[in-house]
Amino acid sequence: MPSALAAYRICDFTGQLAGAGATKWLAAFGAEVIRIEDPVRQGRWDILRGNPPYKDERRGIDMGGAFNNHNTDKLGITLNLKTDKAREILRRLVALSDVVSENFAAGVLERWGFGYDALRAIRPDIIYVSNCGFGHQGPYSRFKTWGPIVQAVSGLTHTSGLPDQPPAGWGYSYMDHTGGYYMAMAILAALLHRQRTGEGQWVDLACTDAALTLNGPALLDWTVNQRGLRVAPVYSNRDQHGFMAPHNIYPCAGDDDWIAIACRDDAEWASFSALINQPWTGSFSGLSARLEGQDELDRLISAWTSTRDKFETESLLRAHHIPVGAVQKPSERIDRDATTGRFGLWPTVEHSAIGKVRVDGQPMHFSVTDWQQTRGAPCLSEHTRQVLTGLLGYTDAEVDAFQAEGVL
Amino acid sequence: MSVLSGIRVIEIAHERIAFAGKLLGELGADVILIEPPEGTRARHYPPFVDDIPGIETSLYFWHYNAGKRGITLDLDTSNGVTELHTLLRTADVLIESEASERVASLRLDANTTARTNPRLIHVAVTPFGRSEPLSDLPEVDLTLMAAGGPVWSCGYDDHSLPPSRGWGFQGYQTGCHFAVMSVLTALLYRGNQPSGGGQFIDVSITAALNVTTEGASYNWLVEGSTLQRQTGRHASLRPTGETQMQCADGRWANTGVPPRFPVEFARLLDWLRTLGLEDQFPEAVFLEMGAHWEGPFDLSRIGVDDTITAVFAAGREALQLIARTVPAQAFFEGCQNAGLAVGVINSPEEAFEDPHFKARGMQVPLYRPDLDRTVIHPGPPFSLPLSPSRLQRPAPRLGEHNQEIVGGS
Repeated sequence: MPSALAAYRICDFTGQLAGAGATKWLAAFGAEVIRIEDPVRQGRWDILRGNPPYKDERRGIDMGGAFNNHNTDKLGITLNLKTDKAREILRRLVALSDVVSENFAAGVLERWGFGYDALRAIRPDIIYVSNCGFGHQGPYSRFKTWGPIVQAVSGLTHTSGLPDQPPAGWGYSYMDHTGGYYMAMAILAALLHRQRTGEGQWVDLACTDAALTLNGPALLDWTVNQRGLRVAPVYSNRDQHGFMAPHNIYPCAGDDDWIAIACRDDAEWASFSALINQPWTGSFSGLSARLEGQDELDRLISAWTSTRDKFETESLLRAHHIPVGAVQKPSERIDRDATTGRFGLWPTVEHSAIGKVRVDGQPMHFSVTDWQQTRGAPCLSEHTRQVLTGLLGYTDAEVDAFQAEGVL
Repeated sequence: MSVLSGIRVIEIAHERIAFAGKLLGELGADVILIEPPEGTRARHYPPFVDDIPGIETSLYFWHYNAGKRGITLDLDTSNGVTELHTLLRTADVLIESEASERVASLRLDANTTARTNPRLIHVAVTPFGRSEPLSDLPEVDLTLMAAGGPVWSCGYDDHSLPPSRGWGFQGYQTGCHFAVMSVLTALLYRGNQPSGGGQFIDVSITAALNVTTEGASYNWLVEGSTLQRQTGRHASLRPTGETQMQCADGRWANTGVPPRFPVEFARLLDWLRTLGLEDQFPEAVFLEMGAHWEGPFDLSRIGVDDTITAVFAAGREALQLIARTVPAQAFFEGCQNAGLAVGVINSPEEAFEDPHFKARGMQVPLYRPDLDRTVIHPGPPFSLPLSPSRLQRPAPRLGEHNQEIVGGS
């Protein structure tokens, strides 16, 4: 099967998830992603390197499960950029690369002497994509972020939670994932522009900009109707704009088991009422009755669900064409839910130190140029010699000398 | 010129995929939204302009369809299907989210669309993937978020409270992010082929959510462990310290990782002094120790090494004291000026009005001639300097572009 992106080489400084997730996509579609790491700190500018989870009892800088998950199919080299020789090696690599990618705090690469002007001097059509929390321009450009901070500032945290409770926000870095998706889009778009015009450019991506746009209808409600969400009660399990009820997450019989149920219209409510066969459903026959009595409605539905198994209830409601989804635990959606397995969503990769391990795959299939994830993340410096001798034209003796001098 | 200028996208209206068409339109594509003669269901979704329901006043529809042209086609008739395939011959991309019965009646199976147009990139975005019967069943964003994994990780320390869904149609939007990444990838590939180069792409929304859950997935995949939800912070194997603090004005901030570097302790101490709070804070002595710490400050020794424990705790307590004293915005800026990655928890409109985002051009005015009204929209999420993104036009009125695209049918 041909690879969609085999024509492209990425000189990759990204790390963690907001950056590494972007270049993981490119590598899965065949791009040659060469990850550059710092030998002095053993690549720890990516805090995930060497950190849990671990597949077995072994520990160490190469054994981190999260790092492996985000860096499949990439090559890894080390360069001590405090040395002139490493900087010269980097210049050679940039000259042979289509893209330079990074998600450091604003200005870090510039301070190392590899800002956009320096990169462009090495290769005029280079594409440089930076991804930082607040971007390189604007009042907050010096401010630092990680996923939860992006979510907080952009409005994604405030809106998520239950009434009379603090914000629940997101129990993971939604905007590290999603920032990575936008970074991948930015790189791909810049490559398309170059394919058409031959021009490179610098794309200054800001995770918070992208995050801000993810509450669009609410923002228009603000700009058009001056209705804001600071004063509105937060109840994110209910329907966003009050045109469906019931619409909530209800308790089930098992340990921390829950189920999401919604009725989009009177017909689905009628099906649900017939199915559960409870005397009280008659008092909720119109949408306005269900919206006005929603607290009571939710209490009554909870009483019905709370003695029932979540998956049996899910099957029952599905059979009656009522929108439903059991709240799946990781074990359930990965190993019990046959749809993810059939999709091939959890490929097993071979990591040079960890061995075989399952990772997040990609959630689509291409009929001609599908993705492939077969190789685990690079061990620290795993491909340094291969890249320097195979791609950059150094001899083995030169690489030996670089190693002896602390360049690599 | 924008990056996708000259690229034509056909989108068969469905709320699950509207955001993908919007993103492609912002990148410059000519996105043609095909609606049934009576209009797509999302035209009836609140909120509405001035709270008056109507087929042209849904702000939900306005947001997700800004930048597109719109036509009506009755796809329940053979003429409508013929017209659709005529359009597909002129298109670069098709995005649809149809159930299997409609795929058959519209002749949208991948073999047929490839024969219709060998250059066509045909993207199906469905709840569980095209070949899964479950994709034909009704769903809402909430049920997909529950099935796909995000809900499990979000909520509160108290597990008698239900887990909560991240708000804002993020389930649909996550599927759409992958659809757009797929389209751009397939366009790059096609651009390197002398002829043909189209293909079929089968996106599953629940699969997209499954791989957008960070540690919840890879902890299970790697070591068979299950993360547990916590209040306003990452789900975790073992309980971690709270990160949200309520500020003097009642608004909240997320403090992320408390101070752990000497410069952070030093600046925090300075800030306490500036606010005149040092006298109320006997633990300031530990901040002083943190400010002069030599060697690594090993967070894994918290609870083991008394000094590290006390210094780390003092950092967190100093932040709590300051939070109780100043409003959330001042707390945010003060923490950031001290080098701490802290965020004020804004509501969406507070974020939208923030000077930083205004300076970055995140408020985009669009004029709607039918209502003689200029509306400020968000976006675009990113832009290429040499081929800028832009919202090309407000969302189409029902059938607005019938005449210019299909000649008045």
